[in-house]
Amino acid sequence: MAITIALPGALQPYAGGSLEVTLEGGCATVGDALGALAGRHGGVVDRVIDERGELRRHVNVFVDGDNVRWLDGLRTAVGDDSTIVIVPAVSGG
Amino acid sequence: MVDDRPAAHSEGDVLLLVGTMKGAFLFWSDGERREWRMEGPHFRGETVYSLAYDGRGGRRRMLAGTQSFHWGSVVRASDDFGATWSSPERQNVRFPEDSGLAVANIWQLRPGRESEPDTVYCGVEPAALFESRDAGESWSPVDGLLNHEHRAKWQPGGGGLCLHTIVVDPSDAKRMGVAISTGGFYRTDDGGASWQARNRGVRAQFLPDPNPEFGQCVHKVVNHPSRPERLFLQNHWGLYRSDDWGDSWTDIAHGVPSDFGFAMEIHPHDPDTAYIVPLESDQFRIVPEARLRVYRTRDAGASWHALENGLPQEGAYEVVLRDSLASDGGDPAGIYFGTRGGKLFGSADAGDSWREIAGALPPIVCVKAAVIGAGARNS
Repeated sequence: MAITIALPGALQPYAGGSLEVTLEGGCATVGDALGALAGRHGGVVDRVIDERGELRRHVNVFVDGDNVRWLDGLRTAVGDDSTIVIVPAVSGG
Repeated sequence: MVDDRPAAHSEGDVLLLVGTMKGAFLFWSDGERREWRMEGPHFRGETVYSLAYDGRGGRRRMLAGTQSFHWGSVVRASDDFGATWSSPERQNVRFPEDSGLAVANIWQLRPGRESEPDTVYCGVEPAALFESRDAGESWSPVDGLLNHEHRAKWQPGGGGLCLHTIVVDPSDAKRMGVAISTGGFYRTDDGGASWQARNRGVRAQFLPDPNPEFGQCVHKVVNHPSRPERLFLQNHWGLYRSDDWGDSWTDIAHGVPSDFGFAMEIHPHDPDTAYIVPLESDQFRIVPEARLRVYRTRDAGASWHALENGLPQEGAYEVVLRDSLASDGGDPAGIYFGTRGGKLFGSADAGDSWREIAGALPPIVCVKAAVIGAGARNS
């Protein structure tokens, strides 16, 4: 059982060229998973959450298909085999 | 007029660094500054509010503060004139986690004194000053300003609560100043450990008390290295000069169509000569009469005169933002500005005549200029 984190292409350079990272358990929330990811690819997490530990305004994170903004934010629970998808929001100018 | 062929860059070439809402552009010319070659855009789609060229100590480094709409802001560097740029893995300008603050944008990059060739300063939103001691690779907040007792009362202006201006004293390593919208002008005399508001005489007519200790919306401050204690200040309403490093300010809005504006620049060789681009008002931030005019003083603000030769004088609904007016250090001085409408103009004769360099760039938010081989230029 493992948590899978799918990354957008823009973050691939900061994940050693990978578009997918696998975490082996031990994460109860999205925040935990991002914390574990930070230990391996800090550059990815810098671009997803800011210095306050908040999700950047124009980045969306989905857990098993649901946007965590409409759930419990970074405290949203994850399962041992959840898939977390990070995507840039539909925004810009 | 613009040639986009790759260029070879040599001593004496003139470089314009142009930051826009959609990336950065570089323009190259020789010392004549009549024909320009455009390179870019760099950082496609990212907003570039801050650029600098650092030629100190034999270095030929460009710095860029880039803001991704999605992924945050970083300072990047290029030592090969933009052929390659650093892409820092970690966000290299960061507030301490216990500050409760997060960098929203990088507003200013400023090489430090010639005597400290590895020191670079950076101003960000929310208002704070960062310092690099390794020429822009890593950054630390200046705690004396970060923890300033006034911070809680600073208010964001239309562009956010930004520290957008950094002026240094080349003769005193402990003294420098910063400007914050809206906070006003602050000076340190002890190398950044403490900062004092220096706004006496600068109006804040949007406040019940128009003469507060701080809270002014200062738009730009410039000084000249040969006379660093003399400061020129473009305010949110008001045009001022200080001859004592900001201890007192005198109104110098003599002969300008409006004392509202953003942009301001000092002549590279004459501390009595400064440039501004007045705007009609704070409601209609457009050049007066829709005539694009730069105003120049040659007598430290006793009088100002319009420079319009070669600039559109009809139907020019343009605005020049605070960091979009620059000089290049050449002789005669090259003066340049970019508009929010994406037009880039230049003068090779200190403002007497102007030519359009580019006419359809994305909205321009930053213009810097340098002569290669001439040391730091950080106008």
